Amino acid sequence: MSDKVPVTVLTGYLGAGKTTLLNRILSEPHGQKYAVIVNEFGEIGIDNDLVVGADEEVFEMNNGCICCTVRGDLVRIIDGLMRRKGKFDAIIVETTGLADPAPVAQTFFMDENVGRKAKLDAVVTVADAKWLQERLKDAPEAKNQIAFADVILLNKTDLVKPDELGEVEARIRGINPYARVHKTERCQIALPEVLGRNAFDLDRILEIEPEFLDDGHGHHHDHDHHHDHDHHHEHDHHHHGGGLKHYHDEEMQSLSLRTDRPLDADKFFPWVQDLVQKEGPSILRCKGILSFKDDPDRFVFQGVHMILDGDHQRPWKDGETRESRIVFIGRKLPEEKIREGFAGCVA
Amino acid sequence: MRLEARGRNNAVTDTKSDIPSVVERTRPLKADAPIVGAHFFANTAVLVLGDEALLLVPRQGEARRLAVHGGAILSSSADAERIITGGDDGKVIASGPDGTSTTIATDAKRRWIDHVAAGPGGAVGWSAGKQAFVRTAKKGSGGEERMLELPSTAGGLAFAPKGLRLAIARYNGLSLWFPNAQSEPEKLEWKGSHLGVTWSPDGKFAVTSMQEPVLHGWRVADGKDMRMSGYGARVRSLDWSAGGKWLATSGSSQLILWPFQGKDGPMGKQPRILAPAEAQADVVACHPRQEVVAVGYADGLVLLVRIDDGAEVLAHKGGGAPITALAWSAAGGLLAFGTEDGEAGVIDLG
Repeated sequence: MSDKVPVTVLTGYLGAGKTTLLNRILSEPHGQKYAVIVNEFGEIGIDNDLVVGADEEVFEMNNGCICCTVRGDLVRIIDGLMRRKGKFDAIIVETTGLADPAPVAQTFFMDENVGRKAKLDAVVTVADAKWLQERLKDAPEAKNQIAFADVILLNKTDLVKPDELGEVEARIRGINPYARVHKTERCQIALPEVLGRNAFDLDRILEIEPEFLDDGHGHHHDHDHHHDHDHHHEHDHHHHGGGLKHYHDEEMQSLSLRTDRPLDADKFFPWVQDLVQKEGPSILRCKGILSFKDDPDRFVFQGVHMILDGDHQRPWKDGETRESRIVFIGRKLPEEKIREGFAGCVA
Repeated sequence: MRLEARGRNNAVTDTKSDIPSVVERTRPLKADAPIVGAHFFANTAVLVLGDEALLLVPRQGEARRLAVHGGAILSSSADAERIITGGDDGKVIASGPDGTSTTIATDAKRRWIDHVAAGPGGAVGWSAGKQAFVRTAKKGSGGEERMLELPSTAGGLAFAPKGLRLAIARYNGLSLWFPNAQSEPEKLEWKGSHLGVTWSPDGKFAVTSMQEPVLHGWRVADGKDMRMSGYGARVRSLDWSAGGKWLATSGSSQLILWPFQGKDGPMGKQPRILAPAEAQADVVACHPRQEVVAVGYADGLVLLVRIDDGAEVLAHKGGGAPITALAWSAAGGLLAFGTEDGEAGVIDLG
């Protein structure tokens, strides 16, 4: 439903520049009104009419799954904000530096009232170019935020040398090759790069190829022009992208699988449901475009930990390559087990 | 888990076109904001608007808009003499039938007043985040404000039918607080997030609605647990039938009624299931004298349902915005309803 209010989740480790980005979003002359949900104990002054203090209360759902958590305060706050429906255009949720983005995202899937009125637009992570590498070593939260992101602002690039920047970029790619990465100083970015992304919209799961950095020409380009939705390059995540160094993060990885043979829906659904039931805590996010035997439609799905959301998207077009692709981002993923399981779903 | 293939809608085809109707007895109203609550002062309906105001609708005469808050109204509760509202302006306000409003409290940090409850003898309860407050009833020189720190944000408040005792729903259970006592609140624990609470009219049972589509109940005397499940959605509306024999609930595409006639409440018993419809029941309001429940659905349908035999009367046609508020006048002759897009009406059944 298009009348759902889009919600952007802003994460990033302490001091990375979240508040700078937030104030930039709020102060630009875009004519949009935002409701901003910030942590009650946040450090900052935000210049906006509608600022709500949140408690970051994370609640477990009573469904036997320890990773099914929701942000109880968001359930309450979004319900309250909707009483002012029409008075604002979008919601921005700023999390604390130590927050895990998953409960925020899961709230939109697990609470039907929130899900009916608001939709998750994207998780935007601000990373400190100078300190991110250190944080990836000592702060699991920082790694989660990178792994979970749809958009990453690699900020404070003016404080590091070019080779350091290349290094930290490669570290990010080693964890999450699918996010859009933008290099910024003081979070200077064109707002369409962070807002209105529709990253959780099933209809927009068109392109799940890894994103390699390709914009040496700054951030003022048309943000869609290098999205060639029809290309079929093999972006295997083990090779070097764009001449960048490649790192394989030992803990957090992504796994990309594809097949051009049609899948059996009666095998695939039980397999993927069982997989996320068992491995849900270690799978941060997953996405897929699927081609089923005897089904004229593309099926798309996405997931956060154990929660899966999927639907038939549209008929496969004439001449379109009917292949199935799925990606997982997670912690210590059982790669062989997933590969074998997926291979077993071929019709 | 929502991953499903297509073909999941088993639509109920009954359009409720062939049942008795009281639709023509409706005085239609249109507000410029969502209706978030409904109450009555005698024969004057009071619609609570999401944006800051109350709409007072006398049985005869012009409706009157009363701006009471400087922001959205987040919660409301009423007794015969006043309507208590809590706003995102941090204020707790009491409004009377004559249109006067009194500020009961202003939160020092201007936090949202998430929940309010009208208490016995003029007491008022409210909560802001992890703090619950009670202003005790005025006796000559004015009441006092008491505060309770909670382990987590209050999900709902309800005063017990007897004595000054406030039940506070929260994460992992209920706190039962005597604001006039020094003692720690009594705790009734059940794992999970509790988002609303109601007492049975005899005060023997407390029932919460949870984040999951279930209800949890306790027999207050001994803390015995009871779990009421089977809902399709979170239960957002609960009300007790006249006499307290039944607990009417939303959260399904039918009216679900749990029997509370016996000393064990609904334990080991099946709920009564009435008034199936195409859309989900979102709001329920029990008639104050008869065993009749007004049920408001997500498509705008309102039905009056007799508990005894399930007979239905059409009160508002479906096909519109979700019903968000329902209230009966104390004598039961008037029913007010409101929707998410500001459509409202008062039905005169007298």
